[in-house]
Amino acid sequence: MIQFDTVHKRFPNGTTAVHDLTLDMPEGGVTVLVGSSGCGKTTTLRMINRMVDPTSGTIRVGGKDVLEQDAAELRRSIGYVIQQSGLFPHRTVLDNIATVPLLLGWGRRKARARAAELLETVGLAADAGKRYPHQLSGGQQQRVGVARALAADPPVLLMDEPFGAVDPVVRTQLQDELLRLQRELNKTIVFVTHDIDEAVRLGDRIAVFRTGGHLVQCASPAELLARPADDFVADFLGAERGLKLLSLTTLADVPQAPAPEGGAWTLRLDATGAPVAWRHKDAESADIPVRPLRDTDSLLSALNESIAAPSGLVARVDAAGVLTGVSSRDDIHEHAGVAHEQGREGVPSGARGTARAAQDDPHTPVKGPGQTEPRAEDGTGDTDADGAPAPTTAERSA
Amino acid sequence: MYELFKNLGAWLVSGEQWAGSDGIGHRLAEHLQYSLLATLIAAAIALPVGLLIGHTGRGAFVAINLSSFGRALPTVGLVVLVFLASGLSMWPVYIALVALAIPSIVTNTYAGMTAVDPEVRDAARGQGMRWHQVLFQVELPLAMPLIMTGLRLALIQVVATATIAAYVSFGGLGRYVFDGLAQRDLVQVLGGAVLVAVVAVVLDLALSALQRALFRHRPAKSA
Repeated sequence: MIQFDTVHKRFPNGTTAVHDLTLDMPEGGVTVLVGSSGCGKTTTLRMINRMVDPTSGTIRVGGKDVLEQDAAELRRSIGYVIQQSGLFPHRTVLDNIATVPLLLGWGRRKARARAAELLETVGLAADAGKRYPHQLSGGQQQRVGVARALAADPPVLLMDEPFGAVDPVVRTQLQDELLRLQRELNKTIVFVTHDIDEAVRLGDRIAVFRTGGHLVQCASPAELLARPADDFVADFLGAERGLKLLSLTTLADVPQAPAPEGGAWTLRLDATGAPVAWRHKDAESADIPVRPLRDTDSLLSALNESIAAPSGLVARVDAAGVLTGVSSRDDIHEHAGVAHEQGREGVPSGARGTARAAQDDPHTPVKGPGQTEPRAEDGTGDTDADGAPAPTTAERSA
Repeated sequence: MYELFKNLGAWLVSGEQWAGSDGIGHRLAEHLQYSLLATLIAAAIALPVGLLIGHTGRGAFVAINLSSFGRALPTVGLVVLVFLASGLSMWPVYIALVALAIPSIVTNTYAGMTAVDPEVRDAARGQGMRWHQVLFQVELPLAMPLIMTGLRLALIQVVATATIAAYVSFGGLGRYVFDGLAQRDLVQVLGGAVLVAVVAVVLDLALSALQRALFRHRPAKSA
C-alpha cells in the first residue's frame, strides 16, 4: 500500500533525517514507527503526505508516486492526526470534523451530516459537536482529531504521536478505541510513537529507527520482542521485553479446571454466577477481592493476577462475566513459555514445549543477536528450571 | 476656574453651537469622515502587508522597522512638508493620518499571525488546505482579535490627531481648537478638545464591545 524505495531526506542545515529507507507498509495493517527523538520517524511519516518532500528516492501510496500528485489533493486523500490534536480553535467540533469534506466540495449539509456520524464512531456525544475544542478534555480533543482524519473515509491514516499528550489512563482508552475502530474500518495506518508499549499494543508491524534516520528492524511485535536484530533494538525494547511478549498472547488456550471446593481458599460468587472474592476456610481474614479474566485477556495480566491471588488460581469468566473455571499459575507459566517460543519464528518449538519462563530476560543482560539465539537453542532446560521456582514457592505459602 | 467650566458647559449644550455649517454636528461629521477614511486607507495598505509577512514569515524585520519609523514621524511636520510640496489640498492631512495609522495595524496584524499555534497551521496544511485556504480559513480568523485591536488603536490615534486638518484650513473638530487659539477664546479651545476626547473614548468603548461580542467563544489566551 505504502512503499518507500531508497528514500533519503537531508534538511538544508545538513542533518540527515532519513537514510536510504526502503520499507513496505502493508494494506489494512498498522505499521508503527518507533525510535528516540531525532531518529527520523516523524519525517518518514510526513513524507507520505508530502508535508516534507524527500531529497531522493520514491514513495508510492496505492502504487502512485506521491511526488507526481498535487500536494493538497494528496493530503485530502490521506487522514492525518497529530499530537495536541491541532484542532481549529475558532470552529465548532462539528465543523472541525467536516474540514476535509468541505475542502472536497461536498457541500455544508452533507459534510455536517457526515461529521455528526463520525462523532458517534469515535465515541463522543452528539451535543459535543456544537462545542468548541477548548471546551473539551485532552482525550476528547484527540477523538475529534481522529474523527477529522476519518471524515472523507481515506484508505490511509497517518498518526503522529496522537496520544502523546494525554494521561496514561486516557491513553489506554484511546488505544483500545483505535483498535476497535481498526477492526471495523480496516485502514492502512502508519503510527509514530516513542513509546514501545504503545507500539507493541497497536502495531501489526513495528519499524525501529535509530538516530540518523536508519531503519534497524521491521517485524511483527512478537518477532521483534523475541528476536531483536541488535543491541540497539534490544535496549530500546527494554529489560521486560519477555513480559511484553506475554502481553501479546491471550489466555484463550490455557486450560481450565473447576473451581476448588473445600480447599484453603474457595471462590465466592454473586447471584449471577460472577466471582466476587476469595474466602479462606477459617473465615478469619477478610475476603480478598478477585479480578476475573476473560479469554481475551493477556497472559501477562493472568500472570499478574495469579501472583496477586492467595490461592495462586486465576478465576476465568465468559463474556457475560459468569465463572467458567480456574487456571493455575503452573498452567499459565507453561503457556507463557510456549508463547515465547512461538515468537521466535523459525525455531522449532516442539522439542521444548515446557515452560521456559519469560523472567529469564531481567536476570540476564541481553548481549545481542549472537547470544540470544544460542541461548534459545541449548539453554532451554536450564532456564526452565531457573525461571519457574520463584512463583512456585509463593504458591506453597498460599 | 468655575466660570470657565460653566461657560464650557453652556458652549457644549447650546443649540446654536450645534447647528449650521460650522456647528458641532457638522464639524463632528467632518472629523469622523477624515478619521474613518484615513484608517480605511491605512488598513488597505497595512493589512495585506501584515498578513503576508505573517503567513510567509519573511520581511518581518523590514516591515516592523519601517512601521516604527512611521510611528516616530512627527505628524505636524509631515503635514507641513506635504503641504509645502503639494499646495492647499486634503492630501497632506490624509498622508499624515495614514502614516500614523499604518504602524499599529501592521504590527498587530503580524503579532496576530505569529500567535497562531504552529500545530494548527500545520494541521490545516495536513488536511489539504492550499495556502490561501490556510490564510483565510485558519490564520486570519485566529489573528482577528489582535487585528481588531490594531485597527482600534489606529482609529483612536487618528481621531485624536485629525485636529491637524484645521491647521491647514480644513474642518473637523480641530477647527474649534485652532480658531479658539487665534481668537483667544479659551472656552472654544477647551470645547473642541473635550469633544475630540469624548469621540475617541466612545469609539474605543464601542469597538471593544464589538470585539468582545464577536470573539466571545474564544479561549481566553487568543482573545
